[in-house]
This record gives sequence, C-alpha cells and structure tokens, in this order.
Amino acid sequence: MGTFVPNTKEQQQEMLKEIGFEKLDDLFAHIPDAVKFQGELNIPEGMSEMEVTKAMKKIASKNVVFDSVFRGAGAYKHYIPAIVNTVVSNETLQTAYTPYQAEISQGILQSIFEYQTMICDLTGMDVSNASVYDGGTAAGEAVAACRGRKSNKAIVSACIQPSALKVIETYCFGNEMELVIAPEKDGVTDIEALKELMTDDTACVLIQHPNYYGNLEKAKEIGEIAHSVKNCRYIMSVNPITLAIMKTPGEYGADFAIGEGQPLGMAPAFGGPYLGFMASIDSMKRNLPGRIVGQTVDHNGKTGYVLTLQAREQHIRREKASSNICSNQALCALTVGVYLSAMGNEGLKNVATQCYSKAHYMAQKFAEIGLEVPETEFFHEFVTKSDKSSEAILKALEDKGILGGLALDDSRILWCCTEMNSKADIDEVIAIVKEV
Amino acid sequence: MLVFEKSRPGRGISALPKCDVEVYTLADEDMREAELHLPEMAEVDLSRHYTELAKKAHGVNDGFYPLGSCTMKYNPKVNEKAASFDEFTQIHPLQPEHTVQGCLQVLKESEELLAEITGMSDFTLQPAAGAHGEFTGLLLIKAYHLANGDTQRTKIIVPDSAHGTNPASAVMAGMTVINVDSTPDGLVDVDKLREVCEGNNEIAGLMLTNPNTAGLFDPNIKEITDIIHECGGQCYYDGANLNAIMGWARPGDMGFDCVHLNLHKTFSTPHGGGGPGAGPVGCKAHLAKFMPGVKVTGEEGSLKLTKAEESLGEMKNFYGNFLVVVKALTYIKMLGKEGIPEASKNAVLNANYMMNKLSAKYDIAFSPKVCMHEFVMDIARQAKETGVTAMDIAKGLLDNNIHPPTMYFPLTVHEALMAEPCETESKETLDEAIKVFLDLNDLAYSDPEALHAAPVKTPVTRLDEVGAARHPVLRYEFE
Repeated sequence: MGTFVPNTKEQQQEMLKEIGFEKLDDLFAHIPDAVKFQGELNIPEGMSEMEVTKAMKKIASKNVVFDSVFRGAGAYKHYIPAIVNTVVSNETLQTAYTPYQAEISQGILQSIFEYQTMICDLTGMDVSNASVYDGGTAAGEAVAACRGRKSNKAIVSACIQPSALKVIETYCFGNEMELVIAPEKDGVTDIEALKELMTDDTACVLIQHPNYYGNLEKAKEIGEIAHSVKNCRYIMSVNPITLAIMKTPGEYGADFAIGEGQPLGMAPAFGGPYLGFMASIDSMKRNLPGRIVGQTVDHNGKTGYVLTLQAREQHIRREKASSNICSNQALCALTVGVYLSAMGNEGLKNVATQCYSKAHYMAQKFAEIGLEVPETEFFHEFVTKSDKSSEAILKALEDKGILGGLALDDSRILWCCTEMNSKADIDEVIAIVKEV
Repeated sequence: MLVFEKSRPGRGISALPKCDVEVYTLADEDMREAELHLPEMAEVDLSRHYTELAKKAHGVNDGFYPLGSCTMKYNPKVNEKAASFDEFTQIHPLQPEHTVQGCLQVLKESEELLAEITGMSDFTLQPAAGAHGEFTGLLLIKAYHLANGDTQRTKIIVPDSAHGTNPASAVMAGMTVINVDSTPDGLVDVDKLREVCEGNNEIAGLMLTNPNTAGLFDPNIKEITDIIHECGGQCYYDGANLNAIMGWARPGDMGFDCVHLNLHKTFSTPHGGGGPGAGPVGCKAHLAKFMPGVKVTGEEGSLKLTKAEESLGEMKNFYGNFLVVVKALTYIKMLGKEGIPEASKNAVLNANYMMNKLSAKYDIAFSPKVCMHEFVMDIARQAKETGVTAMDIAKGLLDNNIHPPTMYFPLTVHEALMAEPCETESKETLDEAIKVFLDLNDLAYSDPEALHAAPVKTPVTRLDEVGAARHPVLRYEFE
C-alpha cells in the first residue's frame, strides 16, 4: 500500500506509550460499537507511486484528445503561455491555505488584489471579488445578490448558456426567488417580450453578451429597460476575451459583470476547475459574495493586503451572510493574473481579434458552401443551419480527428473559433463539410 | 510592488503567430472605448514577480500547518502528475461520450469509493467546495420533503459549534436555523434536542459534524439521528472532519442521510491559497432520485451520462472540479483499503500526542481524555493572567515558521486555538512545534509585550484590518 505517514511503526508505539495508550486502536475505543465500522473497507488494495501512475495513465488513455477543436459553448480552447503553468505549479502557491494569516500570506493576497484590479479594468466595473466557482455559480450568486425586500423576481434571458440557466434555477429553488425567462427571438433576447415582463418587484435582468449562440445582444437597450424599474439591477454575463476589443459591461451601464473565467488561461479539463468572475459598481460592493482583498498598512506603515469587508461573510455573519461561499478559486485567480500579465494589452487584443476574424472567415466559407449563417452580429461563436444532418457533419469531422461544433438539433450547429484554429484547419473543415 | 507598477509599454511575450486570415473589425458601436491597463511584461519579469509573491506566502511545503478543521495534510505530487496528463486537461466537457470514457471512469470510480468510505449509496461530484456541498445536501433534503408534500418542513437544527457555512447554507436553501446549545462537555445536548424535535413537524433536519469542531466524537450520535428521524427530519453530515474516522466509523452507519466531503481536506488535494477545492455529496438511496448533475452508469468502456429521475438540477456548469477529483482518486487508489484507515489512525495519534504534551501548560477545551484528529486550546487563563490572547500566541507562531491553529473557533470557546496536526507530520516536527508552543506560553508570562508586537520576522507586521474595511481600497488605481 502507499502511505504518506512519516512516523515509523516504532515511533508510533513510542508516542502511544508516552501518552498512556497501548495500541493505536485504543484511541478509537470510545466510539460506540453500534456505529463502529466492522471489518475492512471494500476498496482495492493500495499501490506504489509507479503503479498508481500507470493506472491513472491507463484510464486517461481511454479519452480522445482532439488537436483541432471548433467547439465552445461554455468551455474554450485558447493558447496558454508556458509561464502560466510554471507559476501555478509553484508548490507554495499551490498548497497554501486561504490567506487568513495575512502576515505570511502577502503573496496570495497581492495576487488576488492584482486579479481584482484586472477584472475591474476588463469589465469597466468598480469592484471585483476574489472569484467564485465558475460562470454558472457566478450567475446564481449574482441573481441572489440583487434580491431586495420588495424585489423578489429575476428575469433571465433564454439565450444564456443552458447550464448556467439551470444553476440559476437551482439557486432560486433554494432561496425561493421567482424566476422568469425572457424568450429568444431570432437568436437574441426578445426585447419587446422583456419589456412586458418588467414589473415593480423585478430584482434584476440577466443577459449573456455575446449570448450562448455567439450573437451580440442589444445590451445598451436592455440595460435601459432593466433600469426603468426602481432598484432593478442589470447583470451582464460576458466572455472576458471579448472585452479586450468589445464594449465593457461598464460602458453598457451594467450593475454587475460576471462570467466564466476559463478562457483566461485554464485548460478545458472536462469542465473544471474553472473560475467565475464577479464585479459590480461601487454601490453594490457589499452585496458581492465571497472573498474580497483590500489594501491597508501594517504597524510600521508598510503597504499590505488583507481579506476585507468580511462583515458580508459566513464566518462572521453566519445565517445573515450574503452567501455561504467560503473558498474562492484562488489558484485559478492566480492563473488569470499570470495569463493576463503574460498576454498584456496587445496580446489580449490580438487573441480577441483573431477569435473574431477566424469565426467570421469560417462563417463566410460556410455560407459559400450553402450553409445558412447568422445575419446578426456575432463574436467568435455562430450557429449554422443546413439540410445536411448535424450528426453526419460531426461524424465526418470526427473521423478526421476534428471536434466540430456542438449540435443544437439535427440542422443547427454552434461553432466556435479561437486563435488556435489556423486557416488551414478551417479550410479542412469546410472541405469535409462540403462533401457531407 | 504590484505587477502594474512593473509594467513597461512595449514589453510582452511572443505568444501568438500573426493572424492568418483577413482581419475583421467590429462595428464602431460595439467597440471598447476605455483604455486597457493590463501589465506589459517580459517573461523574465513575470517569472521573478511571481517567485517574489511565492516567497511571501506559506505553503504546506514551507512548514507545519496545524490549522484546525482545515486538514492541511501533505499534498502528494503524484496527484499533480496524474491531473496534468493531456488526456485529462485537454478534454472538452461537451465531447461525445465515446471519446471521454476515461473521464467517465474517473467519475464512476470516485463515486463508488467515496460511497464505500462514507456508507452512502450514491455520490455527485458536481459541488465545487465544502460550502457548495452543504448547499447541495440541504437542497436534497428540501426536495425530499417537498416530494412528500411536507412544505412546512423549513427548520434546520444547527449546533452552536458548527462551521459558519452551515447556517449560511441553510438560509440559501430557504430554511430557518434553530441553534441548539452544546453540553458543558462540548457535545450535542440530547435532552434539548429532543425537546425541540418531539412532535415538531416543521423540522427539515439536522446539520452536524462528528467528530465535532472541538475534535470530540459524539457517543450519542445514533440517539441524535434517531431523534431527528422520529420527527420526520433528515440528517446532514458535514464531512469537514472525516479525516478522523475513515475506516473506523461511517456517517451512513451513524444514521446520516447525506454528507459532503472536502476532497481538499481529507483526500489530500491542495488548497491553492483558497481553492479550487471539491465538495462531493453522498446520499442514501431514498434521496438518490433528487441528485443534481450527472450520474455515470454502464460498464467500463461503454459508460454513459444519465440524470437522476427527479434531479433538483445543476449546482454548477458541467461535472464539478474534475481535475481535483482526479487528484483525490489517485490518492485513494494509492492508499487503498489499508492506507485509508492508517491515515486516520495516525491523524488521531498525532493530535492526541500533541494535545497531551501541550496540556502541560495549555488548558484543553472540554478536557477530553482522548480527542480525535484535532483539539482546542483555551487561552482564556493566559489572557486573564497576562493579557496575551489567542491572537497573540498565533502571531508568535508566525515568527517561528509555524502556521497558527484556527483562531477563535469554535465560537463555544472564546479564546480558542484549534489545532489539527494531520497524519503527514513526523514526531520530530510535532516535538519541535510543541516546544515552540510551550515557549510562547512562558513568554506570555515573562514578556507579554513581545507577543503583542509579534510577528516581527514576517514580510509585514500586523495589518490595519479596521482601516481596510472602513476605507476600502479594493483595486489599484491607474494614473
């Protein structure tokens, strides 16, 4: 069996003897027999490090890694500079605890402070928290953060990522907020229908921009509709890559900017760990869930960082807390910090421009071979419609080692391009789809 | 110095090739107006910046970390190796099932192993953290009562020694909290519990951790869960302290209906400076049909993702913090049926050894004869006699390269220092730490001012937290 216990059998005996026990089992003697586990756990025998490496590799090898990926829908394959993994593999940064002991946690705290600054800068918001679990939970938490004494209704666009919508539903099942869906029309949120849904007790309107189908929403107009009701907050879920070149939630008048942080340096990794970012205008900062790092000084006047505004949090407020969130995704926030510092202004704009350009190039090529492509503005994802069955298209691509877009139904496919897709890769897809 | 202050326009790394298609431009009305202020750095500057940050942090590799209830055990490197395989990291969560058989096997094996260790019938790996798991478990209980037509069951019993996340999670699940006081021994007051529960059809259930936050195993646990069941409630097990009892007692056998585990505590995955963790939730068969997320069914090689029939929905996108699950699975496989109980045995031995030695000079809360994986020191006597508080002792430890125990928790002990040494520490490390603790006690009596002033060897001294909250500076302001 494998073990990470350093004490030798002799030492264990010695320690037991010193504290007045004979055998290790005596330390468990006070557990009543009625609940004491009898016998052995029904799990396999342990193994050496070499064996477990082999065993895990064998399991891993049953997965298929696609080199050419045109699927997004909430998880995106971007280039991750080598420095990112080097930094986040640092043993100290990886194994440290939540930075409660600020004096020995300045490195972690500063990295979160830098992350918060970058998220504010990208989104055009005033305040960012230290991150939450992922884009879906960020949406659930944001809706809950908008609830007021007289406003218990959340309006959420039907065009957001389906799993995020499901997470919001779950949060509302818990806190018993009323959830209303603003319907889709022509691939975007139906503005007229949204207007009809607005009532005095509306706590928030949440949209995704670009939305699940890649289309740009009428974000400015929707913000105005949201703010037509007193105390109603406008939540925009955004893809952070787009913000290098696209208008920010701040510029659209949003009260909260949230989203999936995975595109900023995290591998797709079968869905996690990712990071949800959450930022708000200054007046809503005390409604943000989770950790927030602030700058302060020590007894000698030296600049330092601490966890702050903790009066919102569960370990102080217990049942009166704004959320139960305890851990954030600190190592993922560090990942974002390193990624954005490595890419810099020009690098991130380049990523965004390449995503946008390649998707538009691909859409144009699809149109040339007779697929229907959107007439609305889109960013780096778009939906094609065709007489060819989605299944047949995706099967033909998979046979050539390509992960095509995501089938929405048998005629529509949601495609995604990033900087990782070369012109040659795109042309290859077009050639294969043409033959289907 | 912040990364922004080191930035120089014109610096950068050579990450990407030129765009090889025609460059398309957004419409003016969609274009960002605000200037971007991301750092512009050469790779060497980045490398040094983050190395500097790492030097100002304290990991498990830097020294002893007896942080109670947090289970800061050593994080095996083979876990990281397995989680770094391309065949795990490069998998899109929405790939066709037949191309992700390895990932599905990881989920299935992990679900089964955790179920066996806890005595549960089903597991979901979707919850991303302990608190997220608590929320999930409470929603399971809520769904169960609603399905039975028991809409009035909205009250959840939480003992005063519970983690702060417990009551906060209860509120998120739409429940009201009933606090039940502990006995002077630090255990659940069974008589009071019975008083609250008997004939009460509003009780949704109970949230409990056993051993509790004082490191004590509640011998009345079966009676406690019976009382809850008799009044129609469900029992929720907070698995934060599971490291004490693996292979010795199982929450399922104690009468709990659902549990959450912290893979980043008990199952050795690193804390990452505060996440990502993972908080899988297990349940007994009668709750299984409400489980969130996906369930892996079928045989090896043809595994499938299915949904529970009355699933309460999704707790997060996709399947949870998958790579964290890979790390935990690697750990469980390596320890196996002998190593898992051995870990608990040594965690309990180390805690008792340390408690016994420290009791020479420190009062141990509730004075137990034997503790489980952790124990609580009560600094009230020192505070009264010398003015040195639990906070001061903690800060004194920082100067000795020891991460302090959890301070001021549980709330039932006012000057609490809660220590959990873990099984991965040697007698030598414990002896060294014990000496430091005992010396700090002496210092409290000989030179209390020295402890009020501690720490002095750290990158910064005590920070002005009140000022930070009163005048929040939450981001760097660009000129």
